[in-house]
Amino acid sequence: MQDTLRELYQEVILDHSKHPRNFGRPETVTCEAHGYNPLCGDTIDVFLTLNENGLIEKAAFEGKGCAISMASASMLTELVKGKTADEAHALFRSFHDLVTGATEELGADEEAEKLMVLAGVKAFPMRVKCATLSWHALEAALKGNHEATTE
Amino acid sequence: MNDMTPLDIERIRKDFPIFGETVHGKRLTYLDSGASAQKPKVVLDAVHKAYAETYANVHRGVHYLSQQSTELYEGARKTVRAHLNAASLDEIIFTKNTTEAINLVADSFGRLALEPGDEILLSYLEHHSNIVPWQLAAEKAGATVKAVPIDENGEFLMEEYLKLLGPKTKIVAVTHISNAIGTIVPVKDVIRAAHDKGIPVLIDGSQAMPHMKVDVQELGADFYVFTGHKVFAPTGIGVLYGKSEWLEKMPPYQGGGDMINRVTFEKTTYATGHSKFEAGTPPIVQAIGLGTAIDYMNSVGFDKIAAHEQSLLAYATERLREINSVRIIGQARNKAAIVSFVMDGIHPHDIGTIVDQSGVAVRVGHHCAQPLMDFYDVPSTVRASFALYNNHEDIDALVASIQMVQEFFG
Repeated sequence: MQDTLRELYQEVILDHSKHPRNFGRPETVTCEAHGYNPLCGDTIDVFLTLNENGLIEKAAFEGKGCAISMASASMLTELVKGKTADEAHALFRSFHDLVTGATEELGADEEAEKLMVLAGVKAFPMRVKCATLSWHALEAALKGNHEATTE
Repeated sequence: MNDMTPLDIERIRKDFPIFGETVHGKRLTYLDSGASAQKPKVVLDAVHKAYAETYANVHRGVHYLSQQSTELYEGARKTVRAHLNAASLDEIIFTKNTTEAINLVADSFGRLALEPGDEILLSYLEHHSNIVPWQLAAEKAGATVKAVPIDENGEFLMEEYLKLLGPKTKIVAVTHISNAIGTIVPVKDVIRAAHDKGIPVLIDGSQAMPHMKVDVQELGADFYVFTGHKVFAPTGIGVLYGKSEWLEKMPPYQGGGDMINRVTFEKTTYATGHSKFEAGTPPIVQAIGLGTAIDYMNSVGFDKIAAHEQSLLAYATERLREINSVRIIGQARNKAAIVSFVMDGIHPHDIGTIVDQSGVAVRVGHHCAQPLMDFYDVPSTVRASFALYNNHEDIDALVASIQMVQEFFG
């Protein structure tokens, strides 16, 4: 039992959730979206700053949520930096497949392999939406929508 | 009747087959009866027997099984009437659940009585099912919804209620017991004050029915609603008690078979009594199960159930208070056996996942009571809700699992 839980709540996840990176609204924001999980009431706002070439120069977030959703959001902001919208979208798809158990591997770049620490979520189907909330907000922001929901 | 020997908890637990199951290889600690209660064997047997031996549609067959089925279904109505002490069988309407019962009243009473500018008075303690149907009715009629505030302990503020109860108030709808924090609302006083001004009152009894004996005439409620699955009966059955004087005036909610007197394409006349509000084939077997569940609770005895649950509440409150990081939300003087809490820096969803691995089932989330969560400025809480089959060991298991949560996040 402890093993499954340790797999879910790895040190890296606890660290990101306690000390979230890129937390808070940056001064310059190109696009942003509000993510909401109606099942638990958690919210995450994702802020993106894009350069003239369409690369994500900075990603940040704000919100209230569980350790899984906060850690996932925190890691997201580190990993989409320097990516195009298409690359960020591709990362979201492979991350989604990972946490739903559709795939074992991320097939992403080395940096993005960090997301493997969230693979333990697949053993907890009720928590998949926690892990993907910020990613849904990211998708919405990149598409120019302002709201995203996990439902 | 006044046998005050304590509840034989081990015998009670044997009545519920689910307690023979394990969860993640652990003893099941079921503390989520506020969401839905487990079922005693007598209810499962009654359901099985109804399908296996006497099943047919009700009210419309002259054949043997249809008569048997009708007798059992209507027998359940008699059981509910007697249990609630309603004045007549026509005052007992079977619905799908509490939600449908409230939607029925909000829609039908709304069409009968609501006019632009009218007010519907609720409270901050309400479940979404006693908020949203009223918002829909208000929107149709051009009326507004107001809510009686509570204090930090979760007490219903009677003085504020009396101030809000005004000439525009057309109906009051409040919960008997808060599903999220356990506050017992002094509904008798609520009803009396409304009646002094000629205003009818609906009471949401979803959380009260498993814990206390309710006499609708003694309370004076115009409408009293509850759901079967929280009183150890199957899902898919609920009850609307309504005073005849209202039900006779109110228009039908849904149209269909069984609710008519005579149908022609030009003009249909409606059935009277409870039939007017029971369109279509009803949840026959679920109602039979509900009747059996009510008999079961009465055979255990509500005095004993209440005494047992209050001792569980006191013990759970005491043990949880010993944990420094735990903050109990809602500390009303009169509370049902429901404990809602949060932990410093640890999200309820993480708590729920971790305690589940110890076989402890609690509800985490907003409990369909977001206005109440907003009042306490928390997105969600952990809720342990108790029923007659819980024991002190369940509370020890909860506390041990909470201590493990602390270790994880320590």
